[in-house]
Amino acid sequence: MTSTEQNIDEKLIPILEEVSDPEIPVLSIMDMGVVRSAVIINEIVKVEITPTYSGCPAMDVIGDDIKKALKDAGYDSEIDLILHPAWTTDWITPRGRKALEDYGIAAPLDAEADIDVLLNGKRIVKCTNCGSQNTRLVSQFGSTACKAQFQCDDCQEPFDYFKCLK
Amino acid sequence: MKNENLYNYILGIADNSLILGQRLGELCGHGPTLETDIACTNISLDLFGQVRSYFQYAAKIAGDKRTEDDIAMLRKEREYKNVLLVEQPNTNFAYTIGRQFLFDVYHLAFLAELQKSTDLTLSAIANKCIKEVSYHERFSSDWVKRLGDGTEESNQKMQEAINDLWTYTDELFHQTEADKVMVAEGVGVDVTKLKLNYYKRVNDLLQVADLEIPESKYFQKGGKEGIHTEHLGYLLSELQYMQRAYPNMEW
Repeated sequence: MTSTEQNIDEKLIPILEEVSDPEIPVLSIMDMGVVRSAVIINEIVKVEITPTYSGCPAMDVIGDDIKKALKDAGYDSEIDLILHPAWTTDWITPRGRKALEDYGIAAPLDAEADIDVLLNGKRIVKCTNCGSQNTRLVSQFGSTACKAQFQCDDCQEPFDYFKCLK
Repeated sequence: MKNENLYNYILGIADNSLILGQRLGELCGHGPTLETDIACTNISLDLFGQVRSYFQYAAKIAGDKRTEDDIAMLRKEREYKNVLLVEQPNTNFAYTIGRQFLFDVYHLAFLAELQKSTDLTLSAIANKCIKEVSYHERFSSDWVKRLGDGTEESNQKMQEAINDLWTYTDELFHQTEADKVMVAEGVGVDVTKLKLNYYKRVNDLLQVADLEIPESKYFQKGGKEGIHTEHLGYLLSELQYMQRAYPNMEW
């Protein structure tokens, strides 16, 4: 499969929306953009998921959770991990971005701004606690592969920033 | 095995990530600060993730009972094809950063080319990995600058690390037999063509970082043929401990 389009059977959407990222429980895997296709073939649901980062330990759990959710809805399923096309933060939906922000993780900026904040010390990432942009990078790497650590210099709150991946 | 050259070619790529990933993993809980500790182990995790993609593919090509874990854990020292650079120890933070930087610049250029491979699995893996590795390269270049252009002591330590590790850089651009066959088939990357830009990029950054470009023309080689420095054996004894102590164990 080389298309960047998703191919998901409408019947399955509500089921898959109930499965969340184990690291970020407020975020559905659908809003995360990791489900690339889900179709019913001969009564078996074939699901293709793509990892956010190669080493993301959440992928095994996500696969198991999808299987369980589909089983509960009466479907047997097969899960395939695909690498192409590679996941990008552009696939996080607007609802997903909002869920991240509400959870205390700043949503990814565009690629250029991302370099500015991670390399050039620019203060533009909005604090998820108070909304100030007077924030600074603490470390390019955070609690999971996909995040960087920031701190707000106004309210002093530390928070995560979801790095742009393109 | 039907395609032994492709199998060996994949191992040649993947072993670099495996061994470097293991080296960085040693810093888990031992990094100089919490942030750098987390950064090094995050990079390690990325590399291990990449290794899994490569080894899963290699296991498929082998076509026997071999699994990705067998390939990672059950080979002997001489069967690992990583370059000597990545097995060098974490002597101090400057070495860790120097090793990372000297490898990242190569890795990034290599993946950019591997994306064009006629082998669709390899190009897909490269396409995935390059995004992660560009973060690694930013991290390590940033630290080379910070240490080189830092205090007198940090500059001296960074310089020592670069001087010592320099001898392992030339090997990155040596071709193995498997390389030559894969390049001819359009699958592999001609690493000899990456050399010029590599040294340009590295030298430019060393200058910005107030570091001297080593002048030594003496270079070590052998890793790609399985002839390693003494450090690899110790690294493998730790990496493989569980499989040796409890054969076939699974998590």
